[in-house]
Amino acid sequence: MMRLTMFRADMSATDRVVPPSGHTANLTVLTSAAMAFLAVFALALSLASGRLADRWSEALARSATIRISAPPEQMEAQTKAVLDALSTTPGVESYRALDDAEMKKLLDPWFGPDLPVDSLPLPKLVELTETAQGMDTEGLRLRLAAEAPGAVLDDHTRWRRPLVSAAGRLRFLGWLSMILIGGAMAGMITLAAQAALAANGQVIRTLRLVGARDAFIAQAFVRRFTLRGLSGAAAGTVVAMIAIALLPATDEAGGFLTGLGFTGWGWLWPLFIPPLAALVAFGATRHAAFRMLKEVR
Amino acid sequence: MIELQNVAMGYGGSELVAEMTLKLVPGSFHFLTGPSGAGKTSFLKLCYAEMLPTAGYLNLFGQDVRTMTRDDIAHVRQKIGVVHQDCQFLDHLPVAENVALPLTVAGRSVDGAELRELLTWVGLRAQAGALPPQLSGGERQRAALARAVMMSPEVIIADEPTGNLDWEMSLRLLSLLVELNRMGKTVVIATHDLNLIRQAKAQVSARVLRIANRRLHLAGADL
Repeated sequence: MMRLTMFRADMSATDRVVPPSGHTANLTVLTSAAMAFLAVFALALSLASGRLADRWSEALARSATIRISAPPEQMEAQTKAVLDALSTTPGVESYRALDDAEMKKLLDPWFGPDLPVDSLPLPKLVELTETAQGMDTEGLRLRLAAEAPGAVLDDHTRWRRPLVSAAGRLRFLGWLSMILIGGAMAGMITLAAQAALAANGQVIRTLRLVGARDAFIAQAFVRRFTLRGLSGAAAGTVVAMIAIALLPATDEAGGFLTGLGFTGWGWLWPLFIPPLAALVAFGATRHAAFRMLKEVR
Repeated sequence: MIELQNVAMGYGGSELVAEMTLKLVPGSFHFLTGPSGAGKTSFLKLCYAEMLPTAGYLNLFGQDVRTMTRDDIAHVRQKIGVVHQDCQFLDHLPVAENVALPLTVAGRSVDGAELRELLTWVGLRAQAGALPPQLSGGERQRAALARAVMMSPEVIIADEPTGNLDWEMSLRLLSLLVELNRMGKTVVIATHDLNLIRQAKAQVSARVLRIANRRLHLAGADL
């Protein structure tokens, strides 16, 4: 019942029994603001990592590449053999061989635009997309080995897995950071509450002398620290959201770094941080208050 | 109301009071006297459960103190008005709010007229907005008495209430306590001041208790 009535507007008399403590109050608000600021960035990191993992998973899961390395005189025949094999392979949705211009574009970042593609013994690449049901990768590999010995199927599994795993871990670390931030905030508010309770020992003794219950005394401290936690976290969250909104817009060149932000409904997630911070402050102060009050008769 | 049977209380291995047997009946007036360090304050703290007995039986308002929860004790303290020598105020709140504190902690609304009447009764109407540190010793004691009776308690316990007051102010405070006793309140006053006891005995039927050798005795007729 106490929890429900705690934030009623007519509780000013309860608040007033604890003297104002400017310095401690400012530190609590500042701590909450800083923690909320960090929490928003950790949340943005988690969400961005999640998006990245999903994108990589989705984009790479259904695509594969066949690399054909053969003597120039056999290249055309082996390419045709590969394309024929693909045309009759169940589970292949589409396929196409990359032309020289596309090969040149792929190699540009590594060798520059002046690469003489014609004079280099470059392999031929065939890009294919699977249907939702997928294809028999091992079957296709065996068939290619028989019909086009220079063709190698790469279904991207080898490098897709660590990338998706890395993105997943990054997302996990983001959430872990948020939990650690919440824990650190709880610890700091507990210490601040304990300091406030210890500094107000005389107030507590006086209140007990006139018949105050533990719940009443705790309420005065809990309410104060909860509101400080809420207001600090709200300020920190707003500043962090503005900072994230001012980050450069997402583009291909920027990749992950410029994707570090919120998209669409994702902007609502940070709004949960101030109430969560208030909840943490509430729990931490209440625990500290009741533990300390048990020592005062 | 408050009953002690062979109550003992110790701290850190040493016994502060022992074999205390007493029954406070409604409307009675008791003085508690004895040398400094005899255990007067400890006895009074037992009476409002700030300290608990280490042996014996203590009953507060029909309940064995050993079975009382912390909330029960808080509830009992709303029936006992306590006046300390050092008063114990919330120094950041004005006198009027300090006097009304028992109502605030009980979650009851403060009747402004009643509060003004009470402050007038103790002669502090003009100091209602002052902070406790701005009050003189006598004013603080009277404010503490006003706070003690705010909830209309059944028992009023005063620990050396006149210790820091001059004789005139002591008599004024005593007259307020006598008036409360005539209204049916049980009053227990711990004091060194034998003149004050004699003055009170001239006005009410007061029983004088003495603590000596950590035990409670009925004082002699010379008082």
